[in-house]
Amino acid sequence: MTDDTSLRAPLVIEYPFTRTTGPVVGAFLTALREGFVVGTRASDGRVLVPPAEFDPVTNTPLTEVVEVGSEGVITSWTWVTEPVPAPQRPAGEEPPWDPSVDAQPFDRPFAWVLVRLDGADTSLLTVADVEDPAQLHTGLRVRIRWRAEREGSIRDIEAVEPVVSGEDLP
Amino acid sequence: MRDVAVVAFAQSASAQEGDRNEVEVLMPVVTEVRDQVGVTTADLDFVCSGSTDYQAGVPFSFVMTLDAIGPWPPIRESHVDMDGAWALYEAWVKIQMGAADTALVYAYGKSSPGDIRRVLSRQLDPYVTAPLWPDPDALAALQARCLLDADMATEADFASVAARSLAAAEANPHAVVAGARSVEDLLDEAYLASPLRRHDCPPVTDGAAAVILAAGDRARDLCERPAWITGIDHRIDPHQLGMRDLTAAPSVRVAAERAGVADGPVDVAELHTPYSHQELIVRRELGLADGTEVNPSGGALVANAVMAAGLVRIGEVAERISSGRAGRGVAHATSGPCLQQNLVCVLEGDRGR
Amino acid sequence: MTELSLPARFEGVEMIQRVRIPARLAYEFTAGVATSRFLRQVVRKRLVGERCPVCTKVYVPPRGACPTCGVATAEQVELGHTGTITSYCIVNVAFYGQAMDLPYVSALVLLDGSDLPIMHLIGEVPYDEVHMGMRVEAVWEDGDEMEPTLEAIRYFRPTGEPDADPATYGEHV
Repeated sequence: MTDDTSLRAPLVIEYPFTRTTGPVVGAFLTALREGFVVGTRASDGRVLVPPAEFDPVTNTPLTEVVEVGSEGVITSWTWVTEPVPAPQRPAGEEPPWDPSVDAQPFDRPFAWVLVRLDGADTSLLTVADVEDPAQLHTGLRVRIRWRAEREGSIRDIEAVEPVVSGEDLP
Repeated sequence: MRDVAVVAFAQSASAQEGDRNEVEVLMPVVTEVRDQVGVTTADLDFVCSGSTDYQAGVPFSFVMTLDAIGPWPPIRESHVDMDGAWALYEAWVKIQMGAADTALVYAYGKSSPGDIRRVLSRQLDPYVTAPLWPDPDALAALQARCLLDADMATEADFASVAARSLAAAEANPHAVVAGARSVEDLLDEAYLASPLRRHDCPPVTDGAAAVILAAGDRARDLCERPAWITGIDHRIDPHQLGMRDLTAAPSVRVAAERAGVADGPVDVAELHTPYSHQELIVRRELGLADGTEVNPSGGALVANAVMAAGLVRIGEVAERISSGRAGRGVAHATSGPCLQQNLVCVLEGDRGR
Repeated sequence: MTELSLPARFEGVEMIQRVRIPARLAYEFTAGVATSRFLRQVVRKRLVGERCPVCTKVYVPPRGACPTCGVATAEQVELGHTGTITSYCIVNVAFYGQAMDLPYVSALVLLDGSDLPIMHLIGEVPYDEVHMGMRVEAVWEDGDEMEPTLEAIRYFRPTGEPDADPATYGEHV
């Protein structure tokens, strides 16, 4: 009698990509490293954050890089009770898995948020550091908490936190 | 324009194909679809497939799965790194060009070997989004929240979609979750990614689908009642979520206009909406009337073989037309986060021919 | 390229032009039913191919389908441990993770009774004596080290038989 079950084996695929940023994304990531946020101004005057390299309507190159605030309002949010876990670290593997690169920002329940920063007309995807979903609502004012050591990555934004003294926008 | 029809459709789906590799999953489905109309691969002018290597974790895996269809003597073949619905679009264009009269379209995907939530995060912008590893459930939840905030839907509306899908799934042998439940019962469950609960999100599914297209008299020879494609179009919205009004899907609306959804009554619609709230958005953008039966298969909430689930929607509508249960129907396929890319296909029986 | 207009805060700041964004994905690879049947026999030092019911060719390792006919292979066919070299190359270039001493010979070996050569190493012969048509046999790893992979065969070595008639392997060259 033949065995019709399959043998299985762990398989890890790594994509060690170094990417060319281009000037616009390069400016955005450079600003994050320096602790501020920029976008690009579209042909209709809107400020796009994250920046687009080309106008979403006219397709012309967008060249005006503008700074926006480090505070803003939540335009949507979700509380996830089970973060997607990082893959198991294969035994003895070097270099080890780095949660700051290979996993979601938190390994406990947390919130994903879309945040429209002051001066921007579009929203940025990031995470909110609160302990309870009751602390969150659309329109809540939040402020970026920067990572202490920044390298020019979207993860230089550690999270957003509620602005304690601020007032909600409608 | 040439008259082109779906003349055969086959599918398989399960929660986990723990034993069969992709070739072994695909081969019975391709064999079944060919046998339905009594053709061999050599009888078909063109072959086009949809899959993504990221699911298998094997580069160029689609080349290996050609083993399942018998590509010798050398066949004319193409592949898209998209759901099989887009492979069907390419095959339809090929037939419109006069370069083929028949085509085999297939798609497959095993979501279970990797973590599909991590795999799908790789389709996002690689500079400012993918490094956060956002998963599709969370991104869909952000979209669902926008609907609630805009007073365009309630959580009970989401649960109603899920309840109807789970009930419909009882008659679908390819469903991987099924079972009628009340809206109240569903609303009692905990959030997975608020405001979405587990039943608002698709189940992990491994599966495959295959369709045979044929033009004009060849279609009539192969099938008693071909499901004619009277309109097909696909469109795309910007990839940055924050640039979009997530309560709308303009790409669905434009594709529906171009495909001629409103040119006649729609008896049945199969919508590729892996999240319950997305059915509400797509239904509105398609302009479907209340009388249209939506997702009689249960839809992607009950079986969502990533890369095949869109092609399955076209096959489900075609099967209902060919069996005489529907006269005119609409199939929709989606790709990308939060309904970013959308394909709309209108199918009809012999009416108007 | 169009010049950007940048806020004053960028003055004197070195602009980022490239970033490293690695990603890793972990899977559980499924060998499949047919390949698993083959690998389970390898551990027992047996080589079992599968025959296509249409064209009757025997494939090893079997993948579950005849790659020309597109039908399932079902009949199992036990193969000998000897075969014929249909092609080979002498490897002189080191690469990351390489376990072999240079130079070594990698070859396609058509096992007797099969219709698809497998790729393996050639040992116990000077590399410049390896040639097409050379008859070879499998040298297995020791029994207690067997894993269900083709590495259970350490390498193939010449049998000393006369070369195979090119007509017996010409289709595979």
